[in-house]
Amino acid sequence: MAVEGIGARALRKEDKRFITGKGKYTDDMTMPGMGYAAFVRSPHAHAKVTGIDAAAALAMPGVDAVLTGDQLVGDGIGNLICGWMIHSKDGTPMKMGGWRALEPEIVRHVGQAVAVVIADTQAQARDAADAVVVDYEELDAVVDPLDALKDGAPQLHPEAEGNLIFDWEIGDEAATNEAFEKAAHVTKMEIHNNRLVPNPMEPRAALAGYDDAEEHYTLYTTSQNPHVARLVLSAFYAVAPEHKLRVIAPDVGGGFGSKIYIYPEEMVCLWASKRVGRPVKWVSDRTEAFLTDAHGRDHRSEAELALDADNKILGFRVKTVANIGAYMSLFSSSVPTYLYATLLSGQYDIPAIHANVKAVYTNTTPVDAYRGAGRPEATYLVERMMETASREVGLSPAEFRRKNFIRAFPHQTPVIMCYDAGDYDATLDAALKAADYDGFAARKAEAASRGKLRGIGLSCYIEACGIAPSAAVGSLGAGVGLWESAEVRVNPVGTIEVLTGSHSHGQGHETTFAQLISERFGLDTDSVSIVHGDTDKVQFGMGTYGSRSGAVGMSAIVKALDKVESKAKKIAAHLMEAAEGDIQIEGGELKVAGTDKKLTFTEVALAAYTAHNLPEGMEPGLKEGAFYDPTNFTFPAGTYVCEVEIDPETGKTEIVNFTAADDFGKIINPMIVEGQVHGGITQGIGQALLENAAYDEGGQLLTASYMDYTMPRADDVPSYQLSTHVTECPGNPLGMKGCGEAGALGSPPAVINAITDALGANALTMPATPERVWALAQSGMKQAAE
Amino acid sequence: MTKVSMVLNGKSVSADVEDRTLLVGLIRDVRGLTGTHVGCDTSQCGACVVHVNGKAVKSCTMLAAQADGSEVVTLEGVGSANNLHPVQAAFREHHGLQCGFCTPGMIMSAIDMINRHGAGNLDEKTIRHELEGNICRCTGYQNIVKAIKSASDQMAGMAQAAE
Amino acid sequence: MYETTYHRAGSAAEAADLLAKADDGKILGGGQTLLPTMKQRLAAPSDLVDVTQIAEMKGICADGEGVAIGAATTHAEVASNHLVKSKLPGLASLAGGIGDPAVRHMGTIGGSIANNDPAADYPSALVALGATVVTNKRELSSEDFFTGMFETALEEDEVVQSVKFPGAQKSAYAKYPNPASRYAMAGVFVAQGSDGAVKVAVTGAGQDGVFRMNDMEAALGSNWSADAVSGIAPNADDLLSDLHGSAAYRANLVTVMAKRAVAAAG
Repeated sequence: MAVEGIGARALRKEDKRFITGKGKYTDDMTMPGMGYAAFVRSPHAHAKVTGIDAAAALAMPGVDAVLTGDQLVGDGIGNLICGWMIHSKDGTPMKMGGWRALEPEIVRHVGQAVAVVIADTQAQARDAADAVVVDYEELDAVVDPLDALKDGAPQLHPEAEGNLIFDWEIGDEAATNEAFEKAAHVTKMEIHNNRLVPNPMEPRAALAGYDDAEEHYTLYTTSQNPHVARLVLSAFYAVAPEHKLRVIAPDVGGGFGSKIYIYPEEMVCLWASKRVGRPVKWVSDRTEAFLTDAHGRDHRSEAELALDADNKILGFRVKTVANIGAYMSLFSSSVPTYLYATLLSGQYDIPAIHANVKAVYTNTTPVDAYRGAGRPEATYLVERMMETASREVGLSPAEFRRKNFIRAFPHQTPVIMCYDAGDYDATLDAALKAADYDGFAARKAEAASRGKLRGIGLSCYIEACGIAPSAAVGSLGAGVGLWESAEVRVNPVGTIEVLTGSHSHGQGHETTFAQLISERFGLDTDSVSIVHGDTDKVQFGMGTYGSRSGAVGMSAIVKALDKVESKAKKIAAHLMEAAEGDIQIEGGELKVAGTDKKLTFTEVALAAYTAHNLPEGMEPGLKEGAFYDPTNFTFPAGTYVCEVEIDPETGKTEIVNFTAADDFGKIINPMIVEGQVHGGITQGIGQALLENAAYDEGGQLLTASYMDYTMPRADDVPSYQLSTHVTECPGNPLGMKGCGEAGALGSPPAVINAITDALGANALTMPATPERVWALAQSGMKQAAE
Repeated sequence: MTKVSMVLNGKSVSADVEDRTLLVGLIRDVRGLTGTHVGCDTSQCGACVVHVNGKAVKSCTMLAAQADGSEVVTLEGVGSANNLHPVQAAFREHHGLQCGFCTPGMIMSAIDMINRHGAGNLDEKTIRHELEGNICRCTGYQNIVKAIKSASDQMAGMAQAAE
Repeated sequence: MYETTYHRAGSAAEAADLLAKADDGKILGGGQTLLPTMKQRLAAPSDLVDVTQIAEMKGICADGEGVAIGAATTHAEVASNHLVKSKLPGLASLAGGIGDPAVRHMGTIGGSIANNDPAADYPSALVALGATVVTNKRELSSEDFFTGMFETALEEDEVVQSVKFPGAQKSAYAKYPNPASRYAMAGVFVAQGSDGAVKVAVTGAGQDGVFRMNDMEAALGSNWSADAVSGIAPNADDLLSDLHGSAAYRANLVTVMAKRAVAAAG
């Protein structure tokens, strides 16, 4: 290949296996003698389990066992937990109800597992699962979080009275109220952030095996963070001690947050593999994925923005009810709190903010982080408010935003965050220019001549990525540190293996991480291998989510590289009898500055391992590890401009133009960054126009397959116009900010702002389905006619 | 059980399978060709697309028995790491994949699309419409569309050069 | 999917025979609806009789001014057939818009009409064009054939062999797809027969499957133009309503799709 360093559009090293069908995903793995698991799931949203009769199932061909929650509890397997403690404003800790991997007493959402069948084949397991007879006594269910808070609502967990998990606040309430008293104008909105289903194309899967001689378990699973999975499985669920459990997340087909968590099914496979005495495989079908993968978003908010007479923002007041679903998933409590309300300042200088968040249990699938996790909810709220306020006061959306931009850094917001660097004017200007914002009026008139309603909308988002530092998140309730680890192993022949705690499930780490080494030593990226996703190979790592692999994961690699470089230079200086300070690394060689003396990287590596002639007291070998704990979050930001055309007869919205200008700090591989933005924007457009997890009143998920849940397809979206502006992040050695989630933050408000602009009506809820848009267009036309 | 015989990636194979076995089950579980994936239960995602008698079909929506006597080609059969099909090469060149899970179906659908329209005859709008039966959650489709267009144009050039 | 027994029939007669002998047999066309339904365990036929290898049930030929299409002919074949394209362009375009390319390579006209999914496209073409369904037992007018949602006049051992479409002066189809499944939320087929008679048939919207729009037919009979149907909508009370579209919205879509189909027919 080539020496491809920082900034190169290096083609992906991992692609060859994927384009030739040689990728190895969990469902592609086998173990000798393995059987298959099929789960028996509740058809009710809320019911008492009064009996389980497995006799008929056990008599069916190929069936090994039918296991239930009583056996699970009897074997001492622990409850599933939420790993982030939130305290209510009165100081009390959040009220967490018990969650068992197989429920023996009360099921609380449709699809919850009550038993598992292990059989020789998948078909036999599913046949037998159908034959397990479960008796239920149905209870009243509640699916709407506002209903769940009402007096007399069905109660889910005895621990959480009134279904209220916590009643949390952030910001200065008195100062905010005071700001509203001084306001010349107040913009008020009710905003609903629709519930989504993450839908990575690879459904979750697990293959678990138990070696009774070694008392050792192996689990292949679809995880974004195999080490965290091992930690939780051993420390909290007591399935196996950590040193007797190897977790491997091989090729993983997308995650978007949904594969962070440790779910009942993976745990049950591990437990069952020992109990049944054979390896157990489970592969989710798509409907199981809809029913059991953690959902995302689902916020109901009331927001108020106070402006002075000069249209400067004085204060921002937000009340949000967050639907957590039937159980508290692993990071569920952090999403509507510290990942959400801390971003309510947006890109704007807002003197006073107060937010109150109530988290509520309902008889729905658990809700947790999905691409962006809290930050898209904040961005949508802020940017819908900004656009609406600008319309109300008669300023152009761009001018109103400019009037309120933060321009001095570091900037301390009233909601914890301290923004370290940014240039919001630069991305706004770039986006407006690329979108030909000034030419919009002519395009609108032309569209009108074709009977189409054309609109344009802006969104200026800010994100907080690379959640850290560990001590700070610990003080906010996190149960884990949020650092990352890396180890750089130089082999005796000079090839390099980098072991990382980050996990790639589409992000291209095998390429971008190799580019760091290529840059540092001038080596071909082909001489570098990135090792990840296996707890037996990598010592520990926190995994990949929250756009952290660049800013945190790569920073750890840089720290390890610093140590390797230092040692290599010492060896080279010793061998060439030069001063260490005179050694320069260039093109795969270590040179003595100002001379023609040089050694290849391979010669130095070999010298480190032969150890025949090392500096006095130096240990042999060339392998260094590092843990990196960031000093702050990173703050990617940018402006998105969306232009739509609406067919008023059908309500169909076509996105005719979408422009993004992002500031991700330093970029390692622009090709991969563009790909991340394309994907993020498309998921955001999906939220804005297409996607919605809908329940009926009884708690049945109406959108439990692709027949009813609208996934964005190629003909739903246009090609996007992207650009980047770089302000380097001062907080990490590479100056990176992260790019994985930005697209999903910035796009939903841009789309809805564009549609409401086209319609001249603001009362639009996501997703802006054709029927909703049609209805609004009809009422608009009626009003115009009157 | 039923005996099913077919030519799979150029090789004659036969297997005794349950009548309810899907073609994708035979390909993956019996023949161990795991390049073909299953991403949904309702024939929408297209991760399982293979060619049967030269035409793209969803192997999760066809019984193995229906393919008895057919010629079946999976992603493994269109090119290898050292001898990539132009569509495979274009997906890499244009970053038309991220997690790789939908990629097998995307590439098989792309080859079928180029076969039907003729190399060089695809524009962005047609490609996007033709991809109705293939869902990708990672790429936002932009680079997939680019890759298919590029491969189609390149294959037209190759065909011209061969004349 | 539950266990089942697969049979491949060599002739229409054999297919009928296998079907008659089966406990709870079903004809397997392309399987593009039946197999997903079986995978979800919503259908569990004891036997599947594959008719797609029966030569006499495949292919398209001229039939007077119209065309006859074998029941096992795929949507892709109908969409690309030159006879269909020239004689009944609306039918070709309808077939080319069913499902997606891979589905069109497998799905058959016989399978589609025998299932009579209320959101399937073909029933509207059969009704608007006045097609005749030929089975191993009889010939049925399409309006007698489709009897309600997922219901047809087919008897237990009756097999659709072909569909005969008469010629038409004009034909066109316009549909508004369900954004998720891409099945029709409202599909309107308009046709002006060789005798000048106008028929308008609607799929996707009706509670009882395909239905005709008599008001639109009368309006188009005297004035073949999009404007003629722009004020005519079906009664919303008779239409489907679900999370993708209320009955009122579907009623509007029927009008809009009818206008577009008429415009497309020229």
